[in-house]
Amino acid sequence: MLEAAFRGSKRYWILLGVWSTLILIGAISFSRQLTEGLTITGMSQDVSWGIYIAQFTFLVGVAASAVMVVLPYYLHDYKAFGKLVILGEGLAISAVLMCPLFILVDLGQPQRFTNVLLHPTMNSMMFWDSLALMGYLVLNLVIGATTFDAERKGGPPPRWVKPLILLSIPVAVSIHTVTAFLYSGLEARPFWMTAILAPRFLASAFASGPSLLILISLTLRGLKKFDVGREAIQKLALIVAYAMVINIFFTGVEFFTALYSDMPHHVHAFEYMFMGLEGQNVLAPWMWTGMSIAIICAVLLIVPKFRANERFLAILCVGVIASIWIEKGMGIVVTGFVPSPLGKVVAYTPTAPELAITAGVYGIGLLVLTMLYKIVVTVRERQQVM
Amino acid sequence: MERSRRRFFRDAGAAALGLGYGLPVLGTGCSFSEEGTHTEGDPTNQWAMVVDIEKCKRDEVRAACVEACNRAHNIPDIPDPDEEIEWIWTEKYEHVFEDQVHDHTPHAVLEAPVLVLCNHCDKPPCVRVCPTQATWKRESDGVVMMDMHRCIGCRYCMAACPYGSRSFNWRNPQEFIAKDVNGEYPSDYPTRSRGVVEKCNFCVERIREGLPPACVEAANGVSGGEGALTFGDLADPDSEVNRILHDTHTITRRHSLGTGPNVYYII
Repeated sequence: MLEAAFRGSKRYWILLGVWSTLILIGAISFSRQLTEGLTITGMSQDVSWGIYIAQFTFLVGVAASAVMVVLPYYLHDYKAFGKLVILGEGLAISAVLMCPLFILVDLGQPQRFTNVLLHPTMNSMMFWDSLALMGYLVLNLVIGATTFDAERKGGPPPRWVKPLILLSIPVAVSIHTVTAFLYSGLEARPFWMTAILAPRFLASAFASGPSLLILISLTLRGLKKFDVGREAIQKLALIVAYAMVINIFFTGVEFFTALYSDMPHHVHAFEYMFMGLEGQNVLAPWMWTGMSIAIICAVLLIVPKFRANERFLAILCVGVIASIWIEKGMGIVVTGFVPSPLGKVVAYTPTAPELAITAGVYGIGLLVLTMLYKIVVTVRERQQVM
Repeated sequence: MERSRRRFFRDAGAAALGLGYGLPVLGTGCSFSEEGTHTEGDPTNQWAMVVDIEKCKRDEVRAACVEACNRAHNIPDIPDPDEEIEWIWTEKYEHVFEDQVHDHTPHAVLEAPVLVLCNHCDKPPCVRVCPTQATWKRESDGVVMMDMHRCIGCRYCMAACPYGSRSFNWRNPQEFIAKDVNGEYPSDYPTRSRGVVEKCNFCVERIREGLPPACVEAANGVSGGEGALTFGDLADPDSEVNRILHDTHTITRRHSLGTGPNVYYII
């Protein structure tokens, strides 16, 4: 079954070549970071986390969102997701692989990362996050491999997988909850210290992940004779619509609490994001763009007529992913550091090597994703012939 | 119907309150047992410092403190403020005590220079979040310690510290430590490597020898700076810090956060 990943058309190899180039560029920059230090990034004593940790946060969401296909299929026996489930699990595997890599490239002493396991620290959310992420990776690998193998042989999956599948549902929720707890448990950062952060993370994850799955499904249908079915895509679109509306509602709740109470600590962060503080406003154009796209997409997704048009749906999905990437992949993490505890407003912009390393990690994830999907597509094609 | 509904709300309210009351009690119970283990071992000493803002207003006093600390701990002199390593340094009063100033606070007060350093908190958030116990609160004397060989450089402690007291080595610090004519570092305190977090250690290497922290000694050595910084043990009822805290109005930074800072300020 695995050999399918190493045999393929020219187009397949070109795609792998593109991802490998990204990995190479990232590796070159990372070796520079290893010798010179994190000084080559745009981070500073005041904004001490940047794009690496932000991508980690965004991707934990993508990984967790697999639950949006796993739950209806296994818990409610929603048959239309039959072909989609394995794609969701593949996406979760590649996303959850990238998460620890983004942490790793952010470490000042990456060769010491095993210290997290050698000195397990119950009171650190980072420890629990590593546990949850590792558990989720193993669960998805085992579940994906066994169910797909059973399907290939034409029989039902072994009975012992069912409890693991059920377990993967709360674990999916937990990975993003604990990731939110990394931020929301810090009294030093009023912008992050909000109980709605975990629910908000989950809502945005359940919008961005399924959007990505829709785009992948449409692409696979266009490229190959692999079709997850129109019903599955339409159901995903409905999930995206609901999740996006809830996400915007949660964000609105945040706005209200901060702006109506008018407490300086809470207002400053929003001011920084949308207007800028002390003349520093690098984020503002991004945030306005992100928020506008989010609202427009949510409104259009609610209308059944627009959702039903697959070409238009694809555009909306790109919009949803872009707006959530701006919100989570840039806005939330950086803004937590502004203003600093000592009132300093320090701007952060990722540097070229930092972006190259980020692209490299995405290259690894996309390489794994492409190979996993290649196996799925090849095996399914073979089944159709038989 | 009406009555049973009312009873339901009453019971539900009681249950909710019970939970509300129960949790803090549970919390107190836990902290009791923690304190219990403390007393079995070493007596719970806690080093503390009192900073007299008025006496620290003279530039020479503060410069002497910072310079002494920098020399004692081989702290690099990195010109880029984004990468500067600071153990003890000067900030404006309005930034250190944000909650103590208002629209009509005199300009001179807002701009007044204040020495800041690690607060060696009773409940340090940095220790709570560290995933490797590379930073911990030493039970014997309450100093918040750093293990530079265990730190993985994740900077979670920097996100958690409400005082901005922690610095990360973005680059190799050794290149920025001025050596003397013989090519020696200012002191034999171990230099740090790239990629770890550091901060004030209350001069554990000096208090172990019975010496006061370098900054305290330096302040006392400047004329007019005597008593600008006072260092002592809170567990010792006769210590100078206890005498000052008892007789004088002092404040700590961001008290409402509940971290329990052990650096006090006379305003």
